[in-house]
Parts: sequence; C-alpha cells; structure tokens
Amino acid sequence: MKEIVVISGKGGTGKTSLTASFAVLGGKDVIVADCDVDAADMHLLLEPDFNDSEDFYSGELAHIDQNECIQCGKCFDVCRFDGIDVINGKHIVNTLNCEGCGYCARVCPTEAITNNPLNVGKWYTSSIKTGSIMVHAKLGIGADNSGKLVAKVKNEAKEIAEDEFKEYVIVDGSPGVGCPVVSSLSGAKFVVLVTEPSVSGIHDLKRVYELVKKFNLKTGCIINKSDINREITSEIEAFLKSESIVHISNLPYDEDFTRAMTNGKTIVEFSNNHLKKSVTDSWKTILRNVT
Amino acid sequence: MKIAIASGKGGTGKTTLSTNLAAYLSEKGKVVLCDLDVEEPNSGLFIGGDLIHREDKYKMIPQWKEDECTLCGNCQKVCNFHAVIQLGPSIMVFPELCHSCYACSELCPTSSLPMVRKKVGELVHYQDDNLHFIESRLDIGEEQAVPLIAQTNKFIEDTFSDDIVKLFDSPPGTSCPVIEATKEADFIILVTEPTPFGLHDLKLAVETMRELKKSFGVVINRYGIGSDDVISYCENENIPLLAKIPNSRKIAELYSAGSLIYKEFPEVEKQLENIHNFIVNEIQEEKA
Repeated sequence: MKEIVVISGKGGTGKTSLTASFAVLGGKDVIVADCDVDAADMHLLLEPDFNDSEDFYSGELAHIDQNECIQCGKCFDVCRFDGIDVINGKHIVNTLNCEGCGYCARVCPTEAITNNPLNVGKWYTSSIKTGSIMVHAKLGIGADNSGKLVAKVKNEAKEIAEDEFKEYVIVDGSPGVGCPVVSSLSGAKFVVLVTEPSVSGIHDLKRVYELVKKFNLKTGCIINKSDINREITSEIEAFLKSESIVHISNLPYDEDFTRAMTNGKTIVEFSNNHLKKSVTDSWKTILRNVT
Repeated sequence: MKIAIASGKGGTGKTTLSTNLAAYLSEKGKVVLCDLDVEEPNSGLFIGGDLIHREDKYKMIPQWKEDECTLCGNCQKVCNFHAVIQLGPSIMVFPELCHSCYACSELCPTSSLPMVRKKVGELVHYQDDNLHFIESRLDIGEEQAVPLIAQTNKFIEDTFSDDIVKLFDSPPGTSCPVIEATKEADFIILVTEPTPFGLHDLKLAVETMRELKKSFGVVINRYGIGSDDVISYCENENIPLLAKIPNSRKIAELYSAGSLIYKEFPEVEKQLENIHNFIVNEIQEEKA
C-alpha cells in the first residue's frame, strides 16, 4: 500500500478538485482520505454515504463545580490562557480560551475542578461513487486542530487499504505549515504540491516545501493556472529543477474547474477537452513516481 | 476599531480584500493592516513601505536543570500534552508539544524546570505614509500558530490607539487559529466565492461567528462564476452582503503579479467604497 499526499500551502490552487479527480481516475484501487478536516470539501464531489460515523475526542476542558468551589481564585492565578472568568464573584471556565492543560485542577484546594474529554468532531467511513471508500471528518467549531483528527483519518484509511489489499491511499492534505499538515505528511510515499504562478503561490510553495524537505519525502509539483503569469511559472519551474522536485504538469487557467464543481463533478467527469487529458496524464506521472 | 477578514475555505480572496481595502482606506486616513495568517503570511507581498520595527517572537518552554532534580516524576505526571517525559535518569522536554502552561515548572518541588524562551517566529512592522503593516511569520517546524497570533494581537493593542481602523487578515478554516485571530474583532468580513466549496465553507464560518456571538457580513469574490446559491443563502440567513468582486481573469493576473486591483478596476474600487460606507455607517455606529 502506497500513500500519496496532496498539499498546497496556499488555498484555492485547485488541490481538492485535483485530488478528487485522481480518486475517480484511480477508482477501486484508491482509498481516499480527506485530511483537510478544518474545511473538508471533497465529499461535495465524491458522494459519500456517511454510512459509518464516530465521535472523536482529543484534549480536555476544565469544569468548575460551583457547589464545591470556594472562589479562592487559585485557578485564576495559575491559568496562562485567560481560561477562567470571574463573573459576579464566581469563577467560571471560559470554554473558548481553556487549553485543557489541567493546571487549575491540580492547584484547586477543594477538588472542585474536573477535566472532561473534549469532543472535537466526528469522523466517517463512507462508500463513494468511485466504488471505493473515503475516510473523512468534520472538525467541531473552534476546535483545536492539533493534527490528531488528521492522524486518525489517515490511519483509518491506511488500515482499510491494507485490509482490502488496495494499492493506494490518496490524501487531501491540510493547508499551512503547522501541526495539521505535519500530520498529513507523515508516512507519505510521494507528496504532490499543487501551486499557482502568483507571488503568494510561489511564496507558500517554497515555505511548505521547506517543511516537506525536513521529512525527506519524494515530491512532485503541479503548476495550476500556469498561463496567468508565465514569468512566475518559469520561476517555479527553475525552483523545481534546483530542488530536484518532479515537475508533474502545467495546467491552464480554466473555469471548467469551477463549472465541474458547481455540477458536483470532478474535472475528469465533467470536462472532455485537453484539461481532462492533462489531469489524466498528471495522475499517470504520479503513479510512475510512487515507489 | 478592529475588523477581521476571514473565510472558511482558503484561497477565496482574503488577502486580496485585506490588502486592497487597507490601501483604499489609507487614502482617507490612518489604517493598520495586520497579517495573522502566520503559517502562510501573504499580505506583505502586496503592501510595501519602510521597515520601522522587527522583533523575534518567543514561546516559553521548561528547561531541565539536573543538579537539584530528584526525578520524582511530577512534571511528567502534570503535563497533559506529553511534552515532558522522564526517560531513565533524565527529563526530556519536547518543545513542539509544549503549550506553555507552566504546570511542570511551577509544580516542580525543586524548581528544576525553569521556563526559558524559545523563538517561534518574527514580527515586522512596515509603514507607508498612512498605512501601517504588521506581519508575523511562524518559523518552519513550529507547529502552534495560536501563541504567535496572540502575541501579534497584543503588539497591535500596545502600539496603536483604539480609534484607528485595524484590518486583520485571518488564517483560513474554523479551528483555533481563526478563533484567536477573530475573537477581539468588532466585526468580521467573511470572504467567499460563489461555488459549492465556497458555500459549504462559508456555512461553517457563519456557524463559528454565531458561536462567538460576532457581527459579520459577507463579501463574494469571483462574482459571476458558479451559481447564485451564496446570495440566496445570505438572504435567507439575513446576513449583510457587503460587496461583490467580479470574476475576471485580468484580476487573477494582476493578483498573480502582486498588484493591487482596485486602482485598475473602478468596479472594484466601488465595491471597496461600499464596504467603507458600511464600516462608517453600521459598524462604527453600533460600536458608539
């Protein structure tokens, strides 16, 4: 089983549209993992049945029992996160600020504070229209995207792939360079970077690649909307060459990306033009590089 | 006054709106633009100016002093994040897991884990006439954006007076970095695009803002592509629609080169004026 992780650093480069297209092209051989749990969108294209769901708990949240609390203020004094509010003389946990470190409970003289496991979201195992399976999740509002839910989604997808002797897991990764994307990357056999030739596209590409490099992972890159700025496209191509990153393909600026999405379809199901061919060729190049 | 510019989905045009709105408003008075997308800060690619201040940003982590340590194991026991581990005759600290709660340090009976600072990023302050630009940037390999966002908010608080208009370019999503970036704001502008992804992630962002009990409005970027579903959604939910920035390949090209678009697109300038009027008439009045 080989794991392909698609990331982009910057949002809006077409990462999810392309990942969903690869899932369709790979069909039954590919288990899909949507690790962009903070803004998960792939289900809008792959028609999951949300058949199996489970709550996910990560971290803790403090709770003060007002019957036991003597309002001594020790919890307030030790909290570094503004996690304790004093309202009408009563000490109350600010659930938005509480970090779940548990320090307050440890210093409370009357043991009025308990730490409860925090439900941060739900994860699902679904059958999708490709005839395969997708593991996906919905992070709760304002939850700590510490990467644990991302790791859960990924590990479930990998287990299913192994149990069912599937050849590939394709992962729609998280944006940014923080914990969720670090979790997305771990264990990848091949990383696909999706970028666009804009000042921010190349900036974010270089930053996220710095992170990928730390993990020593084999990497390729798709330059989407490559014709909106030829100069920066050349600059990105030079960067890929200098870093020995596989240049998978250049895709054109094409509003079929949006039209396909508006119709609930992936590009390869919607478009019949050269865009479909380019995306299909990109997938073939990726498969040649996953070793 | 603080206005945060946020979105559920990435790449919908937060930075485009933040930078263009900041530059436009600076033609009328003093404005602060702050990039809180510390993982991938981009606003600085569109905004110039002179560097007037730069500082390293730190978080506090425990550092083991073995001399007095009795290896009682209390530090490991009190750390909820597994950032302090006792391994044989030594205590190991994993800085990337540490949330700087101080429990291990302050509850150590022999004070063997004093807190020391560790660099996590840097903050820069640029000025171009009326426009002040502040950006924080997380070091690669640092995983926690929230402490740096919190410190950047504090810098803004300490540096600028209350009456100045401040725009905050926020990180994408609906998880803790967004909460940290928007929780002090008087008003949130949610940027979306009229596509299924845009609408789906807008709904998550709206849910988040309602949870936070924030006033907010919506700006549609790439208006004209996709469908009218976002507009119907805003109407049904009574969410003010502040502006529509047209879909155009030319705008994408200008953006790609790092240019501000409103100077070349009168239509975009008009949309920014709509937002300006909304800020002046609705938000400032509500605040007063």
